[in-house]
Amino acid sequence: MMLSAMDFSVIANNLGYMAGGLWMTFEIAIMAVTGGLAWGIALGLGRLSPIPLIYYPASFYIHFFRGIPLILVIFWIYFLVPVFLGRSMGQLPAVVLSFILYEAAYFAEIVRSGIQAVPVGQKRAGLATGLRPWQIAVHVILPQALKKMLPALVTHCVVVFQDTSLAYVIGLREFLRRVNLVDAREARSVELYLFAACVYFILCTLGSFLGHYLEGRSGVKDFL
Amino acid sequence: MLNYTFDWSVIWRQPYGAMMFKGIWTTLGLSLAAWCLAVAFGIGIATCRIYPNRAFRVLGLSYVLVFRNIPFLVQLFFWYFAAPLLLPRFVQTWVYDTVPDYAFWCGVAGLGMYTASRVAEQFRAGLAAIPQDQYRAAYATGLRPAQVYGYVILPYAFRIIIPAFTTEFLTCFKNSALTMTIGVMEITHTAYVVDSFTWHGLETTTAASLCYLTIAQFVALFMWRIEKRWAVPGLIRRGG
Repeated sequence: MMLSAMDFSVIANNLGYMAGGLWMTFEIAIMAVTGGLAWGIALGLGRLSPIPLIYYPASFYIHFFRGIPLILVIFWIYFLVPVFLGRSMGQLPAVVLSFILYEAAYFAEIVRSGIQAVPVGQKRAGLATGLRPWQIAVHVILPQALKKMLPALVTHCVVVFQDTSLAYVIGLREFLRRVNLVDAREARSVELYLFAACVYFILCTLGSFLGHYLEGRSGVKDFL
Repeated sequence: MLNYTFDWSVIWRQPYGAMMFKGIWTTLGLSLAAWCLAVAFGIGIATCRIYPNRAFRVLGLSYVLVFRNIPFLVQLFFWYFAAPLLLPRFVQTWVYDTVPDYAFWCGVAGLGMYTASRVAEQFRAGLAAIPQDQYRAAYATGLRPAQVYGYVILPYAFRIIIPAFTTEFLTCFKNSALTMTIGVMEITHTAYVVDSFTWHGLETTTAASLCYLTIAQFVALFMWRIEKRWAVPGLIRRGG
């Protein structure tokens, strides 16, 4: 099939439907990032804790989730939750829960390296002024660490955004699933998947450039 | 709560045990084949990215940008559903008729090309970490540019980036699970299929997770030994 045989009207005709999927993709990504970051900060702090009862479970959790594919976690939650609840929890909550649990392990490692990049003198100074350990963590260490890890966080947000396409596997109608459904009806694979690729490409490239910009690099020039 | 009786025997009971076992082999075969492709491609792209000619650099950069910024699943669907349609009709029929495991090879090619963009970035970082003196010393001994690159720089870069390569291989290994969406019967897909026969998906997915963790652990241990053995003398080593 040559370019002349392509019919891009299929995209215009189904644009509204697919845009709805893109909206859901953003919803999943935002929930995954917010929840994953919150849980990830807790895990990251746990991994730096001197208390073995906190350190070992946190390390085990992080290693476990970093060692298995996200798609397997989605299935796992999908099968596990009905065992405890006695009923299915619905596709969207199941997907969001799996994303939060999985991405938190990655966020935790970013948080940990950010915290370790803060000079130890900051902690000592905090102690010297009479702050409690949790106050030092919240008011002294975390604000500085978050600033240091911002580029890595933005880069990982792009990864999370790309990962949302995996919600496809349990039939959630996010962007890729809808493109797939339109293709099943219209049989225009080339046009539709090129379109999906372009949409993801534009959004993710913008995100990556934001990450590079925050890192203090200035765009394409430094790549070459 | 817990209105569920565990039946772990689905993991080894026939015919499911044989299916699970075959799934592990498919996962391993697919990720290893994709990895070989990725390393070969990745080195080529990384070389393009540092090549003196600007056109090559733009080409290398475009490859990395395109393949990194499109989700792997979309790439996989493109190669599986859309790419064959771009071929002439008789090639299409030839491919569908004669290639026995079309989905598998599609998965290998897709995963390989996706991983190549990541490998290329790691490799480029490795090349950037080599001191300029290495180049100068190599040129001073009278080697040609291609010889300098092939005999001095590449082996050096390889030894620097072994840890990064381990991580990338494990990522490739985990990403191989996504090929289930195009019907490759690797371990994740097998876990799902056995669930549809037995309603014991929790056990099979748990077993699949343990497979991934165990294999990853072995790979990490093996690579750690290689890393120690091939570490460049005089550089700071990981873990002493």
